[in-house]
Amino acid sequence: METTITTYALILALPLVAFVVQVFFGKRLPRGGDWLVIGAICIDLLLSLRVFFGALFFSSFAGTPFVWNLRGWLGDAGTGVLALSTGILVDNVTAMMLVVVTSCSTLIFLFSTGYMAGHRRYSLFFAYLSLFAFSMLLLVLGNNLIALFMGWELVGLSSYLLIGFLFEEPVVAPDIVPASACKKAFITNRIGDTGFLLGILTLFSFTGKIAYGDVFEAVRNGAFGDHTTLLTVAGILLFCGAMAKSAQFPLHVWLPDAMAGPTPVSALIHAATMVAAGVYMVARLYPLFTPDALTFIAYVGAFTALFGATIALVMNDIKRVLAYSTISQLGYMVFGLGVGAYSAGLFHLMTHAFFKALLFLAAGSVIHAMHRAYHYAGLEWNPRSRENDAQDMRNMDGLRKAMPVTFATTAVAVLAISGVPFTSGFLSKDMILGGAFAFGFVENPQHFLIPVFGFAAAVLTAFYMARLLIMTFLGTNRMAERGQEALRESPWNMTVPLVLLAVLCGWFWYNPDPTTIFAKGWVSSFLTPPASAVPQTLVAAPADAHHAAHVAAMLVSLSCAGAGFFAAWMLGRRGAISLEHWRLSGSRVYYLLANKYYVDELYNRTVVAGMVQVSRILGWFDKVLVDGVVNATGRFQTGLSELSGFVDRYGVDGLVNALAGFVRDTGNEVRQIQTGRIQNYVVYATVGLIVLIVVTGM
Amino acid sequence: MSNILSWLTFLPLVGMAAILVIPTRLRKSTGLIRYVALGTTLGCFALAAWLFFAFDRSSSAMQFVENADWIPYFSIRYTLGVDGLSILMVLLTQIIGLVGVIASWNITKAVKGYFALYLLLQTGMTGVFCALDFVLFYVFWEVMLLPMYFLIGIWGGPRKEYAAIKFFLYTLLGSVLMLLAILALYLNMQAPSFSITAMADPANFRADGWLVRNMPTWFFGLTPKELVWLAFFVGFAIKIPAFPFHTWLPDAHVEAPTAISVILAGILLKMGTYGILRVNFPILPAETVHFATFIAVIAVINIVYGALCAMAQKDLKSLVAYSSISHMGYVMLGMVSWRNEAGLNGAVLQMFNHGTITAMLFLLVGVVYDRAHHRRIDGFGGLWAKAPVFSSLFVVASMAALGLPGLSGFISELLVFMGAFASHRVFAVIASSGIVLGAAYLLWTIQRVFMGPLNQAYAEKDAMPEISPREIASVVPLMAIVIVLGVYPAPALNLIGPTLGSLLQTMQSAAGAAILP
Amino acid sequence: MVQLPHFLTVSALLFAAGVFAVVTRRNAVALLMGVELMLNAANLNFAAFSRFSHNSLDGQIFAMLSIVTAAAEVAVALAIVLNIYRNIETIDADQAGDLRG
Repeated sequence: METTITTYALILALPLVAFVVQVFFGKRLPRGGDWLVIGAICIDLLLSLRVFFGALFFSSFAGTPFVWNLRGWLGDAGTGVLALSTGILVDNVTAMMLVVVTSCSTLIFLFSTGYMAGHRRYSLFFAYLSLFAFSMLLLVLGNNLIALFMGWELVGLSSYLLIGFLFEEPVVAPDIVPASACKKAFITNRIGDTGFLLGILTLFSFTGKIAYGDVFEAVRNGAFGDHTTLLTVAGILLFCGAMAKSAQFPLHVWLPDAMAGPTPVSALIHAATMVAAGVYMVARLYPLFTPDALTFIAYVGAFTALFGATIALVMNDIKRVLAYSTISQLGYMVFGLGVGAYSAGLFHLMTHAFFKALLFLAAGSVIHAMHRAYHYAGLEWNPRSRENDAQDMRNMDGLRKAMPVTFATTAVAVLAISGVPFTSGFLSKDMILGGAFAFGFVENPQHFLIPVFGFAAAVLTAFYMARLLIMTFLGTNRMAERGQEALRESPWNMTVPLVLLAVLCGWFWYNPDPTTIFAKGWVSSFLTPPASAVPQTLVAAPADAHHAAHVAAMLVSLSCAGAGFFAAWMLGRRGAISLEHWRLSGSRVYYLLANKYYVDELYNRTVVAGMVQVSRILGWFDKVLVDGVVNATGRFQTGLSELSGFVDRYGVDGLVNALAGFVRDTGNEVRQIQTGRIQNYVVYATVGLIVLIVVTGM
Repeated sequence: MSNILSWLTFLPLVGMAAILVIPTRLRKSTGLIRYVALGTTLGCFALAAWLFFAFDRSSSAMQFVENADWIPYFSIRYTLGVDGLSILMVLLTQIIGLVGVIASWNITKAVKGYFALYLLLQTGMTGVFCALDFVLFYVFWEVMLLPMYFLIGIWGGPRKEYAAIKFFLYTLLGSVLMLLAILALYLNMQAPSFSITAMADPANFRADGWLVRNMPTWFFGLTPKELVWLAFFVGFAIKIPAFPFHTWLPDAHVEAPTAISVILAGILLKMGTYGILRVNFPILPAETVHFATFIAVIAVINIVYGALCAMAQKDLKSLVAYSSISHMGYVMLGMVSWRNEAGLNGAVLQMFNHGTITAMLFLLVGVVYDRAHHRRIDGFGGLWAKAPVFSSLFVVASMAALGLPGLSGFISELLVFMGAFASHRVFAVIASSGIVLGAAYLLWTIQRVFMGPLNQAYAEKDAMPEISPREIASVVPLMAIVIVLGVYPAPALNLIGPTLGSLLQTMQSAAGAAILP
Repeated sequence: MVQLPHFLTVSALLFAAGVFAVVTRRNAVALLMGVELMLNAANLNFAAFSRFSHNSLDGQIFAMLSIVTAAAEVAVALAIVLNIYRNIETIDADQAGDLRG
């Protein structure tokens, strides 16, 4: 099944056109134009499915990816930088990403028609969503580093706009301000992006190319020569971008705050698709990463997986739990790629997209219902206080009866994320843990921490997800009588996406064998790791070693999930294990977790405060010193001119005046003689005569 | 259309004459004056559009050259011409000139004088970019200076006199140094000539002139040629403005009326970098190579220091002014990156892009100032809810300024980095922090001005009216350019490519072995 | 025997008296008288030098001429004095300062 550029151009253009139309005419369209955006993404989904099935059943990209170049993008000049072109590349990974992005988008857009109904900027919301879809598709479809970077930043922009969508709200959850959360997200991502850009520049400066294939080719042909360290550095710099976008420690801080956006946004961008872009990027540039870089990636991912999971343990805000869970799961994907389980990482990206989107949408459905109930009960919703906080799980309890569909679908997702057999999550997580097991315990015993972190995170995941389910849906509801009456299931346009996503959490889509022992499923053959371009590459472990590791890993991870669930069950039976007791006991560990290891505080006090302080000092420096020098020069000049004016007036001019004054004064004196009296003159004449006589006489 | 450049240069002067003969007693004289100014700039714009299409993109030579005797006794000639280096600047001048007239529509004080000076200014600016004779260049340089002084000094804000005189003296200092350097070159020519193009050929200099001969380096160990280079550089660096000659800029911007800020940031700053590329590079390439690292250091200081200072500003306009300093740093960094053609192309494109983007920001700041009568960043809040169209435009302009892909600023910054990373790796890495800082100060501003709860001072119905169609008309052309070039930069890069290619060759051969790894 | 020095002595005394009168007196008439004294001292000298040098009458003739001129001068001067008196009611020469620069 051959595909043409028309297909991909359409896939890209439709959301963009929808975005432009929405921005300018959205408000005037019937229903705020939501049908336009959803229609565009639906067509995209159909086109993507066609591409995907073409790839899956007819191997349309086997060996040769689809490539199309737009020449003369930077200029017509024949050689060098200006000859760089941009374009589109489609292979199996792209096809999978297309389906993941468009399907999640379609379902979440549909959900949004219910969730955002009645908002004053309803049409703008859909415009932003459409912009996001376009950017994400651009990111996925681009055939070069620049296009990837462009899509990368543009999804950041849509994320910024959507996190700040409720910008006029002072707070939306106890400590989340949308206006600053969106800024934080953008700037944190910018920090990563700078690393990413430097990575791109390093690659470009050595290879002179930007298209993926060309870069790989050049590196394979020794563009880096002996500078393999630089290649490692380049890999780590590129990964910096992924660290920010996929919220890996230490650049994860923006993601929990990103929950300031409306819940569908959290589901689509901050759980299912955009945050997975980092994983996609690592997978796309996989041939470039040296073993050292991959080990670094694996450690970051594994640490993040555990790190996020521990914080999720004690969060009470339902979206916060999910946010930290996302961080943790992204860590899984990242270390999956890092340990060489390439297809597993991408597989988990796909399954996670579905079950995490489902979890967020379910949370959205719950929050929506809670809001309505509070409103109906006449209770003032106050996000600053724990009471009446519609997102606080402690206020929920027992929503099972009122919201059966939401409950059932959430339960499916919880099982999936915890890695229980017969779910998609089991398959993908298991592959990752299997890879980690083989990497850390079998091949590189010095890196044993990676699988240990992975398994520990698995225990915690099962625990906090079960805790979420218990606190939200089980037990009895404690809301006031009037409020309880108003609690009811969300409308169809919100529940249908939930059900569809729950269906996608089944094992059967990915592998007929729910245990993966007997059949490998299509994923591992569809998403085969590309040949590395690095000179000395990871030595792949023999298949049977992996298989053995796989079985062992599966058993361990199953017991992990079991342990987690058991602990959660104990928690459900109040008293056996109680976080509340833990909190009240004043445990340092509890507060450490509840305050997210104080990372935010650390950044605020050091990086943020430092930057602001430096900028203030420099602002002062500029105003007082640099400008002061200029002004002082000016003042010196005026002073000098005053001095010379003084000298001129009293020195040079004074001399002239003095001469004139002398003449005048002498004249004044001499004219006294001229009395006009004849007698005086006669006296003068006589005296003169006498003097004359005397003188001549002598 | 063989005299297109003369037309382009002197059409505003004709418009100015027309404005001067309109009697102010006439009942609708104000409107008439405005429309004459608008018509003149529209005419210039049309000529520029013709120029854009008629320009031969495959040639690196001067085009549309006009050459005539002017003062034969001193071999001073009237020479105009454009090549890839100046064409973008000439186009930018006409665009900004047109936009500026639209933005000046609400000037009510001494309208006749304002627009007359405005058009004179435009003649000067276009002339600077077209002139190929040093004397003509210098004359236009000064012609542009004087109206600017009055436009700031009369129609400016509270401290207008201070700002105007500071601007004037600073630039004058630069001009004087430039004049000295011009004379130094002139006196060493084999056949007396002020031609900039002739000076680019070392064969035209007297072999026994004191400039070429190795003279004792009595002044801080600098050769006469290096002194000439430095004189030119300081003259141009003041205009850029390069650290530490930048402090006239925030003052001039803060006090200048909106349209004049737009021109100041949009065009005048470009004259500095244009001058370096037009004069220092081809005429004194060896000295440029010698001082390349020095320029790169200043560039990095401009980028980082400008961004950090911008973050500390409390006034919207001075924030944008400092951001200009930061962005002009990229131009300087790009133009000394000679490993590949990305640096020079990025630098020239950045000159154009910065012109359009910063002009947009200044226009929008002007819009908010007209409504609120203050520009304190902390004095706003939540304006997005009140004026969504205005806010969206501002956000798009900010995004362009912080280099968001899809908008033109990204392409030029990327090219600059592609060049700089190859040539000055450490500087490029330091400069990349400007990317983060740029996002930080712009987003922080957006947060404080447009987001959060609405400031109660603007809660009333007509307290902060939405941006008017006229104001939108002034911003939209620029935004269209920014988006088009952001998505498809080839039209601009094709114009400048060949010329910069040959300039790059000049520099590479001057740098010789120094450039190779 | 009366010799030339005796004449000259008398003449000098006469002249000195005239000068004294001119310098000290403010009365215009007295001034005129002083002037006459000086003139006559000169006349006496003319006659004396003529008598004792070469026995001609040149000196006497000059003296006669001088006496006539002096008479005319006095006539004019007295007329001026008279007019001054008519104008400013005094003949004090110091008071007649109208032409003083």
